[in-house]
Amino acid sequence: MTLQDLLPARGFQYNFAFIDEGAKREVRRALLKAVALPGHQVPFASPELPIARGWGTGGLQVTMSLIGPNDVLKIIDQGCDGSVNAVNLRKLLVATTGVRTTFDSREATLMQSRHRLPEIPMTEGQIAVLQVPLPEPLRLVEPSEVETRRMHAEGDYARMWVSLYEDVVQNGSVSLSWGYPCRVNDSYIMSPSPLPRWDLHMLHQAEHLTLLGAGREKRVYAVPPHTSVRPLEFDDLPFTVENFAGLSCVRCGSTDTFLDEIYDEETGKSFRVCSDSGYCDLVREGKIRVRSAAHA
Amino acid sequence: MHDETVLVAARNIGKTWGPECEECRVRTGPEQGTNICPRCGTVVALRDISFELHEGEILGLVGESGSGKSTLVQCIYFDLDATDGRLFFRGCEDGENVMELPRIQKRRIRGRLMGMVYQNPLCGLRMDITSGANVAEKLLEADVFHFARIRARAGELLASTEIPAAYMDAFPRVLSGGMQQRIQIAKALANNPPLVLLDEVTSGLDVSVQARVLDLIRELQRERGMSMIVVSHDMGVIRLLADRTLVLKNGCVVERGLTDQILEDPQHPYSQLLVHSTL
Repeated sequence: MTLQDLLPARGFQYNFAFIDEGAKREVRRALLKAVALPGHQVPFASPELPIARGWGTGGLQVTMSLIGPNDVLKIIDQGCDGSVNAVNLRKLLVATTGVRTTFDSREATLMQSRHRLPEIPMTEGQIAVLQVPLPEPLRLVEPSEVETRRMHAEGDYARMWVSLYEDVVQNGSVSLSWGYPCRVNDSYIMSPSPLPRWDLHMLHQAEHLTLLGAGREKRVYAVPPHTSVRPLEFDDLPFTVENFAGLSCVRCGSTDTFLDEIYDEETGKSFRVCSDSGYCDLVREGKIRVRSAAHA
Repeated sequence: MHDETVLVAARNIGKTWGPECEECRVRTGPEQGTNICPRCGTVVALRDISFELHEGEILGLVGESGSGKSTLVQCIYFDLDATDGRLFFRGCEDGENVMELPRIQKRRIRGRLMGMVYQNPLCGLRMDITSGANVAEKLLEADVFHFARIRARAGELLASTEIPAAYMDAFPRVLSGGMQQRIQIAKALANNPPLVLLDEVTSGLDVSVQARVLDLIRELQRERGMSMIVVSHDMGVIRLLADRTLVLKNGCVVERGLTDQILEDPQHPYSQLLVHSTL
């Protein structure tokens, strides 16, 4: 049996966007609090869901509680519109809402993503919904939930810094490639979902609203527009992003995007493609010109 | 605090565990020989402790197990919340009672103005991070975010506590008890705090190591001139370090005065017992 079979007259056995209005209100209440306290994790009561927790259910519930019939939806998985997680979530949301979808991030009003932001910075009125596996940035240094909450409340972040210190001592630089801890609004430390370092500047003083949802842990947090998001860095060791110097996308030729490395099993050679497939397509179709290197 | 040289002043500090009743005050204390109120079962760990600590002075706290020595330093270090009394810190929040400040401010005071060395290194050090990182933690608490400076300062502090440079990036769990204790001292001194609290620092160490650690503490104190509160049940340690001493019994101060005076001419029967049993 498929979901389509369960929805004979589309939407009358299941509510619009699957979850009931009470559950949506609960998520929205948590989101309002999250927006009011940038970077603060707000727990919420989560309904039963049609897919397993940990497969994007945090972002999914945020999207379900916000989506309206006139929204234009984009869903990506590691930057790609066609990746399996994105396809499944898109099918579910289209089946239960009937909204229009797009691959062009500029058209989307609501963009749900697993671990990437689009290369083109989002603008005012757009909402980015990020799926978060591990919402607690302090979990690596402190296993106790009671203790991490106290640490956030008291701004007791010395141990987070110590973990960066140890990283530099061992590796010569901070080796975290994703989930790099950021200070939001000069207050809470936040884990920016597993975004690569490359994307973090797009959260800082952004035009758009970013909502982050963790399905397993049933928590949301947010970065409102025009809010500072600063990666932790030592005074003498500035934060750096991934280096793609000398590399370009084999599909569209971009040299200024976040590139994925792909291996060709037959030849054993590796090549690079844009992680953001929607952006890559637009460049190939000549719909946008290649930007001047933003990260150079 | 009118006297300019007073660094810390404590007024009527009290700490209880339990429901408390009207009889707690009269039915516990040194005269009754118990900390536990027979009516309601409340443990009166500290009652009406007042003292002043001057700049560069070393204050000794002696007393038997359960007399409240460690509870007192833990209240001063904000590890525990005192249930009663006031604490003043020179130059801190305009002479406000620091015990009533929000925890976020207490944390700042603790990070910048105080250092603590616990009896058990497990309380003062984290064994899963390197010695250098343990010292760095204290610096980071005081918002020193310059990596090269942190590294240099940690190295300097560990050297001054006689930890070989090679152990800077070793985990404290692989080091000896005496070394762990010296790392704790390095950590406590990281921000040049005006107040250092030492809770039974030498109790777990063998005699030869004890002497070296005590020498080290004395030397560092002479060099840097910070004030100290030294907790010990060992009159020998107190004799060596403390200028003035408070004798605690059942959560109350039973005698106070110059250390020499207490050692030579103890007044309270309990102090007499303490002095005579160790000399």
